Amino acid sequence: MPQTFTPKVITANALLEGDAVWLTEADTWTRTMAEAELLTNEAHADLRLLEAQSRVGEIAGAYLADAKSGANGPEPTHFREEFRTRGPSNYAHGKQAELS
Amino acid sequence: MYTYTDFDEAFVRARVAQFRRQVERRIDGSLTEDEFKPLRLMNGLYLQLHAYMLRVAVPYGTLNPAQMRQLAYIADRWDKGYGHFTTRQNIQYNWPKLHDVPDMLEALADVGMHAIQTSGNTIRNVTADHFAGAAADEIEDPRAIAELLRQWSTDHPEFQFLPRKFKIAVTGAAQDRAVTKAHDIGLRMIRNDAGAPGFEVIVGGGLGRTPMVGKVLRAFLPKADLLPYCEAIVSVYNLLGRRDNKYKARIKITVHENGLEKIQELVEARFATIRPGFTGHDQALLAEIEAAFAPPAYENKSTDGYEAARLANPAFRSWTDTNLAQHKTDGYAIVSISIKKHGATPGDATSDQMRVMADLAEQYGHNELRISHEQNVILPHVHKADLVKVYAALREADLATANIGLASDIIACPGMDYCALATARSIPIAQEIATRFDQLKIEHEIGQLKIKISGCINACGHHHVGHIGILGLDRAGVENYQITLGGDGTETTTIGERAGPGFSADEIVPAIERLVTGYLDLRFDVAETFLQTYRRLGMEPFKAILYPAEDKANAA
Repeated sequence: MPQTFTPKVITANALLEGDAVWLTEADTWTRTMAEAELLTNEAHADLRLLEAQSRVGEIAGAYLADAKSGANGPEPTHFREEFRTRGPSNYAHGKQAELS
Repeated sequence: MYTYTDFDEAFVRARVAQFRRQVERRIDGSLTEDEFKPLRLMNGLYLQLHAYMLRVAVPYGTLNPAQMRQLAYIADRWDKGYGHFTTRQNIQYNWPKLHDVPDMLEALADVGMHAIQTSGNTIRNVTADHFAGAAADEIEDPRAIAELLRQWSTDHPEFQFLPRKFKIAVTGAAQDRAVTKAHDIGLRMIRNDAGAPGFEVIVGGGLGRTPMVGKVLRAFLPKADLLPYCEAIVSVYNLLGRRDNKYKARIKITVHENGLEKIQELVEARFATIRPGFTGHDQALLAEIEAAFAPPAYENKSTDGYEAARLANPAFRSWTDTNLAQHKTDGYAIVSISIKKHGATPGDATSDQMRVMADLAEQYGHNELRISHEQNVILPHVHKADLVKVYAALREADLATANIGLASDIIACPGMDYCALATARSIPIAQEIATRFDQLKIEHEIGQLKIKISGCINACGHHHVGHIGILGLDRAGVENYQITLGGDGTETTTIGERAGPGFSADEIVPAIERLVTGYLDLRFDVAETFLQTYRRLGMEPFKAILYPAEDKANAA
């Protein structure tokens, strides 16, 4: 039986800064995951990933990450993706400091 | 210590200029990430979870004060004011911006340092005993050999695209502090029957997903044959090593699949072919390098003040008991500076701390510093008369933790707080374990104990050779920690045994506490270390402590 498609977001690292970014519906890269486009259709997700990967001058290593719909927008479902929205746990560095 | 020749300097500068152009071409879009990635990795630049990471080589763990100050300057100017010392004697910066990296490399070149071959499928930074040149049990300072290997392996045209990364470690002492048996090539200096120094050559050791203890390829190799022999090994591996499967590509698998005898035959044949090509230039070069590693001009002073201070100040006495090692010269000590303050990130030093350590090396340490694979910093040559002043300065800089070799002197890889390969976090576990043992105030009673934590199967945290090893895994989307027991990374290298099912992030610290306090009841006497008790009693009593409920269930 084919696996059911779970919702995804497209994420990557910004080329210059190297930090985590997510692709929005408006084709921009955001540093707030909640602003990302939540992809619920597999064919559409694959197409969006190809588009994202072609933007070599802006990002590196784009991939589809599992996500779920939350009160303010997409939220991570796995701890790795959750850490990427925040930064490391040993210092208040990264997004937890920059976005607050 | 060795300083760059004009050739080294020109080579490193040329590499920086090349990389600067490559970064420009990546930013302007002429290079794709796929094209750029191998180039940046050749220069130590990774892309991790939250940022780029620059891994800078500290060859054989040796630094002078100017270099340490420059590392501090780089941390302040282009990073977040700290650096992370790693288990392969490197330093990592966790927050560089892509366009700054060429400037960081230029700043390194200014003090004779680089990040070349700290990544990629090449011969990596050659590591050495961190007590080299100072240890009482040493035949010769192994760093001259390590520097010769660095020069030989850097940009070696035959070895830039090996099947997989290749790590070499070298020690000149009987006690193995360089984990030589867990390296692709381990070199242990020994003497033959005639008393001449040479090497026992160990091959095919490694940790990672298939941990293996290295095997002796040549029981005694004359010193003069070292370079051609190493070249023969890497050459054989380059052709024979598997390129079809990344997980079977390290030389440990090549040795395992082909058998030691076949590897021996091939290496000896290759060695016979290439040996005549080494006509003595390498030995002339080695002699020059050896001269650069001549011992410092040791002083002869009274140590009365030191003994008096030990009697008068219990905190100082405790620090001298744990953090000093025996120096080969009377009146001197080897000082290990703990970069493992309870609750802090193992191996992280601030730029201010780096400057303090540089100053101490300059004032009291004959201008030498070392980075250990255990993520501490060493002042290898300090006169005992100066220890009181050194200790006072270290206290001032929050660097006087008296825990070398104890439960809180934990090795931990960066784990999922930084690393893109990690399956779980390591740093918070290390922080919590150290904090807990500090609260209990029992680590001095526990004695020698090596806890090592890796955040994935690749084992950068050397968990396989920890007396207690902890491996962080992702079990169905939750962090889970497996315990191994009885590992040993010294001359009696042993791979630890898995104790049983893993523990959640909440359970792992209490489990370690149970294990260690349980050991206190099991040990024969206070002199029997955790590892000795484990070797005497085996896994069962420790398993019963770790899994008490199951034990009762089995007994019922």
